[in-house]
Amino acid sequence: MKRVYVNEKWCLGCHLCEYYCAFATSQQDDMARALKDVRISPNIRIEQHGNVCFAVSCRHCQEPLCVKGCITGALSRRDGVITIDKEKCISCYTCILSCPYGAISPSQDGAVQKCELCIKTHGGTPQCVQGCPNGAIVFEER
Amino acid sequence: MRYVLIGNSATAIGAVESIRRYDATGDITLLSDEPYATYSRPLISYLLLGKTTRQGMAYRPEHFYADNRVHFLPGKRAERIDAQGKRVLCADGGALPYDRLLVATGSSPLVPPMQGLDRVARAYTFASLDDALALQAALTPQSRVLIVGAGLIGLKCAEGISRLAADIAVVDLAPRVLSSILDEESASLVQRKLEENGLRFYLGDSVQTFSPDAATLRSGTVVPFDTLVLAIGVRPNTGLLADIGGKVGRGIAVDARMRTSVPDIYAAGDCTESVDASTGETKVMALLPNAYMQGECAGANMAGQDAVFDKGIPMNAIGFFGTHILTAGSYRGDTYVERGEGCLRKLFYSDNRLNGFILVESRAGARAVRPVYDKAGIYTSLIREGTPLDTLDFDLILQAPGLVAFSRADRLQKLGGAPH
Repeated sequence: MKRVYVNEKWCLGCHLCEYYCAFATSQQDDMARALKDVRISPNIRIEQHGNVCFAVSCRHCQEPLCVKGCITGALSRRDGVITIDKEKCISCYTCILSCPYGAISPSQDGAVQKCELCIKTHGGTPQCVQGCPNGAIVFEER
Repeated sequence: MRYVLIGNSATAIGAVESIRRYDATGDITLLSDEPYATYSRPLISYLLLGKTTRQGMAYRPEHFYADNRVHFLPGKRAERIDAQGKRVLCADGGALPYDRLLVATGSSPLVPPMQGLDRVARAYTFASLDDALALQAALTPQSRVLIVGAGLIGLKCAEGISRLAADIAVVDLAPRVLSSILDEESASLVQRKLEENGLRFYLGDSVQTFSPDAATLRSGTVVPFDTLVLAIGVRPNTGLLADIGGKVGRGIAVDARMRTSVPDIYAAGDCTESVDASTGETKVMALLPNAYMQGECAGANMAGQDAVFDKGIPMNAIGFFGTHILTAGSYRGDTYVERGEGCLRKLFYSDNRLNGFILVESRAGARAVRPVYDKAGIYTSLIREGTPLDTLDFDLILQAPGLVAFSRADRLQKLGGAPH
C-alpha cells in the first residue's frame, strides 16, 4: 500500500505541509481564506531540534495499536487506511496514549484527529506531498 | 474447527477478528449472558452524561456478527465447562460442543459484606449497560448520591450522573482519588478539579454501617443519601475455570499465548491475570486495550497460529469534566517533574529504562497550545518496548515526547519503511 514517507535529508522545516494539510481538511476552496487568522491543527506535524527536522503523520500501521486499543470502536482500518468515526469518538485519548508515533491529536470538534490520507478528496495525492516545495514528502509503496 | 467464545466485549471481539484472519470457514459460536450486541462498556458513563447514545455505544457495526459468520447467542449464560466431553453447558440446559474454547467472562463488581447494606433500598453497581440504565431510572434532580469508591469506575459514574442528581459524595478508604493510577501530587490536582465540579470527598475513610438513608463512616461522619453506588472494585469471573480445576490465581492463569492450564481452553481479558511488562509482576490488568490484544492473541492461537502477547502494561487514558489524565507503567525510580498551573508531567525511570508516567492536563484551551499529553504514546512505547534510555536524547524526551529524540538510525527504522 502507498504511504506518506518523509526524507528528513530534504526537509526544510518550512511547515508548508502543515498548512496544506490544514487546508485539505478545512473543506474550503480557497487556501488563503481557509487559513487566514486560523491557528492550524494539522494532521502532519514537523518535529524539529537543532538542525534536524522532519514531518510525521499517521503510518497507517498494519497492526495499529490505536485501533486495537480504541475503547469505543471509533477507530478502524478500512482498505489499509486508519479512519476515525468522529460521531463515536468520546475523546478519551487512549489512542494518543497508544500511538508510538505521536500521530493522533485532539481536535476542536470533541473527537480526535489524524491523517486519513486525503487521496479520495484530492485527486490521488495527499496534499502534504503535493505542497512540499523540496520533494521531501513522498507518497509511494515501500 | 468449532470455536466457542464465552463473552461479548473487547476480548471476544478481538478473538473473532483474529480467528477470521486465519480461518475463514471454521464455526464460531459466541455466547453472552447479556441480551445486547457488543457495546463499549466504558461508555456507560458517557451515556448517562448525554455524550453518547445507545447506538453510539456499539463497539462494532450492527452487521459485525453476520460479516464474520458468528453464531451469536445473546442472553445465553454458560453454566459449566465439560472439559472431558469438550462442551459448554448452558444455564438453559443446552450444550455447545467445542474444539477450542475462549473464556472471556470479564469481571464483576465486588460487593463485600457491609453492615446494614441489606436495608438500603436503592443500591447499585456500575459495570454494565443494565447497571447504568437502572441507576439512571432511579435518579431524580433531588437525588443525593453516595458513591463508595473513588477509583476509575466510581469517579466515571460520578461524572456521568453529575447532571442527574442534586448532590454526589464519594467515600474511599484510600487517602487519595484514583489511588491505583495516581500518586499523591497528581491525585490532589485531579481531586481539586472534581471538587470544582461539585463532588464531595471523604477520603481515608470507609463506611462502618448503613441505615436506610445514611452511612456512618469510621470517622464518625454521617453522610445522608437516598441512592447508593458501590464501586469498590471488580473481581475477575474465574468460576468456569476454577470449577474444573483449572489454575486460577487472582484471575485465570494464562501463558503468553493465552492458554489456560486446561487443554484447548484459552482465556483472555479482565478475567485473567497476566505479566505486567513494565515490572515483570503477575497481576490483573483489567484494561480495554489489553483485553482486545489478549483476545486477538488467543484467537490467533485457537486458529492454529503461534502468537504471543507479552507487552501488556498498565495504561489509562481517562477524563473528568475536561481534565485529561494519561498514565502508564509503574511509578518507581527517579522522577522528572514539570508542574504548571493546572497541569503536571511526571516521569519515573531507573536502570536506563522509563518505568512509568503520569500526565494531567486541565488547562482550558490547552488543546490550542501544547497539552502535556501531546504524543504521550511515544512515552508508552518506551515502556512497552523497554527501550534503553541511553539510545536516545533523554533530556529532550523528558521535556516533550518526540521522535526527534531518537537516533537518526532509529528514526529511519521507524519512519523509513512500511510499518508493522
